[in-house]
Formats: sequence, C-alpha cells, structure tokens
Amino acid sequence: MSSAHDVTDATFQSEVLGSEDTIMVDFWAEWCGPCRAVSPILDQIATEHSDKIKIVKLNVDDNPETAMKYRITSIPAMKVFKGGEVVKTVIGAKPKPALEHDLAEFLA
Amino acid sequence: MRQTIIIGSGPAGYTAAIYAARANLAPLVIASSVEFGGELMKTTEVENFPGFPDGIMGPDLMMKMQAQAERFGAEIVYDDVVKLELTGDVKRVHLGNGGVEEALTVIYATGSAYRKLGLDDETRLSGYGVSWCATCDGAFFRDKEIAVVGGGDSAMEEATFLTRFAEKVHVVHRKDALRASAAMQERAFADPKIQFHWNKEVSGIHGDDLVDGVRLTDTVDGSVADLDLSGLFIAIGADPRTHLVHGQLELTAEGTIRVDGRSSRTNLPGVFAAGDVIDPDYKQAATAAGSGVVAALDAEHYLAALPTDLVAAALQPSTGIPSTETNTPVGA
Repeated sequence: MSSAHDVTDATFQSEVLGSEDTIMVDFWAEWCGPCRAVSPILDQIATEHSDKIKIVKLNVDDNPETAMKYRITSIPAMKVFKGGEVVKTVIGAKPKPALEHDLAEFLA
Repeated sequence: MRQTIIIGSGPAGYTAAIYAARANLAPLVIASSVEFGGELMKTTEVENFPGFPDGIMGPDLMMKMQAQAERFGAEIVYDDVVKLELTGDVKRVHLGNGGVEEALTVIYATGSAYRKLGLDDETRLSGYGVSWCATCDGAFFRDKEIAVVGGGDSAMEEATFLTRFAEKVHVVHRKDALRASAAMQERAFADPKIQFHWNKEVSGIHGDDLVDGVRLTDTVDGSVADLDLSGLFIAIGADPRTHLVHGQLELTAEGTIRVDGRSSRTNLPGVFAAGDVIDPDYKQAATAAGSGVVAALDAEHYLAALPTDLVAAALQPSTGIPSTETNTPVGA
C-alpha cells in the first residue's frame, strides 16, 4: 500500500531510536480508512524531501508494544524522532499542504 | 474546459459521476486529498444500502461506486478545492495544487463536517483520547471505560461498535430520548456494556496528556458530576460544508444550500448541489445517492439547453490551464 519501509517492535530501537537521521514514524492499521488516505501523501513528502526526512511505517496491530509505549490512541499518528526522542506529533489525515506546514521545520 | 465538474466523492458525488459519465459528460470528480469517499470511509458495516443483503463495509461500498463511475469515463482527482468562482457561464475550480479547472456546470456535493462540542480541552486532547472516529481509534481502548456523546444513529452505531473493545461504554445524551432509528436503539439498549446518561451534557474534559475523565452537567437541574474514563467519542451530528460557496450560493435557515424544490438547482445557473450539503433531515447514503442522480440529470438538461458554441468549447482539449497532478491512493 505504500513505498515506505516498515519498522517493527523488534527493529524500532535500531532503525528509529538509534538512527542519526530525522525519522517520521507513521503509526497505522489496515482497518483505518484515514490511514490509507494519508499514506500516498506521506510517500510524496518522503520522496520530495528524501535528503531531510525519512518516513517509515509501524503497523499498530502487529507491533502493540511500540504503539503502547508511545501511547497511541488515534491513528494515523505521525511522530518525528530525532536522536531517539519524539520532537513532533501530528495526528489525523490531513491534506498535503497542511502536513507540509506541520512538518515545515523538518523539511526546510 | 469540461462539461461538468463534481466536487465531492461520497455517495452523492460518485452517483452523480456515474450518471454524468453515462451521459457522455466526461465528468471530473474532485475527490479531496484525504477525505475521498466521504463519511462512509469511516464506517464499518453498512446494512441499509439496497442491493447488499449481507451488508457491505463502508469503504468497500465507496470503492465500488468509484469503480462504477470510472468504468464509464469519470476522471478522479485526489485534491482539495480551495476556491470556487461560480457566477459566470464558465465555472472555475481552484485546487490545492495550484491548478485551475474550468467547466460549464458544477455539481457541489461536499457533504458535512463533524460538529464539535466547543470546549477548549476538546481541541487540546483531540487524538489523545478525544475522537470523532470510532472505527479508527476504538481498538486503542481495549478493556477501558469510554463515553460516546450523542443520541443519533451514528452515536448508537459508534457505541455498539466500541463495545467490541471497551469494558464499558457510557452514552451521554442531552435529552431523555434518542433520535436514532428503532433498530439502532434496540441494539444499544440490549447491550449490557452500554450505560445511558440521560439529560446530560459534557461540560468539561479532564486530563493532562491523555483524557482521564469528563464533567457532565444535567440539562434539567444543572447538577454536575465527574465521570472517570479514558476515551471520549463525539457523535453529535455534522454541519453542511458550505464555506467554499459563501457569498455565491444561497443557504437555507438550516445552513444547507438552497435548491429549487425537488431539483438540485441552486440560485446560480449551471451550479447544482446534492447530498448532505442540501439535506438537513435524512442524511442517508441512499438518499445522497438519489440526490446525486437528480444533480447529474439537472446538469445534463442545463447543458442541452446551452448555446452550441459554448458546449463546443467545453469539448475542446483544454489549453493554457495547468493540468492537475493526481496521486493514487491505494484501494482507490
């Protein structure tokens, strides 16, 4: 459904928390319509700003440990990680201009 | 230039697209970037749309409507309308990507947007326990205590759906009787996990980072009580999405777009409206679909009566207007 790479409970530490890059994690699930809607927009943003931000996906059904750790109660939830810390959270499917506005500090 | 542009991709928009496409109007559907498919994309089982005796999932129904429209030549764009110029013979539709589309007719079927309670903490805790989408967020409240605000069909549907996950579902309604259909009421009343709070209004939402409770005010005697819970699902209705046409299209006292009698004709020639945006009362997928049929037929009749040179211009390949970039959501 998307070109974004999947991370899991098992790989979250190494691929997200341990990474030196700015990484946005898209918390999603198959049954979430708005998640399906926002997915191609995230793909576009990732492609257009591949030098600034990396976008990965985490399926909350398959990876409940990470979803619980970050207290996800609403999806799609997009969290930007830098140096192992959450520096930004965006919740809900939004049009591309609105998402770019929310993420402006990481895309510039 | 096009013969017709349809704004909206719920049952009204897609049904109008099916009829317009079959009438060789080659409609362009502006489906929205993230809310394509409309409200049914957020529902689960739809049991009252004719033709599906075993029910159908809301998103599946919308994908079928879209496929049916595309089969006859409707073109779909996943973008948002940011501005409309509807008064002239040629209607101009400005898109989020900066492109402009022109057409001789516009069918406006933008539906409605969820109503908010209007509390400060509602916005702050939105996504942190406050939700408008039970199917999206319900699973995060497994074995928790939650509340649904509202007394209509969607509130009862959400409450019943949420009992799959939650330990207990409180239904908070500011009157002493439900507006929901008899079938939905019976199902909710029979559910041992659902507790009703009559004549109560949510007057406050508690919680620092996550919702941990709500304050209920009695609408009859004004008494106040707190209720501990971790999720609040708001289903208190929706308002017609008319902000794009303010100052151009006449509205009714209910805030819907005014149409002429049983037709879809607005106060502007060549502009037609369909679905929930003209309907303060029924708001069903099937009534919206019927309304979309009316709009497509009205647009067809209007085009047939136009001077032939105008229509000929619409059939020419467009020139000088930036083409719209389309993305392709999965499942679309």
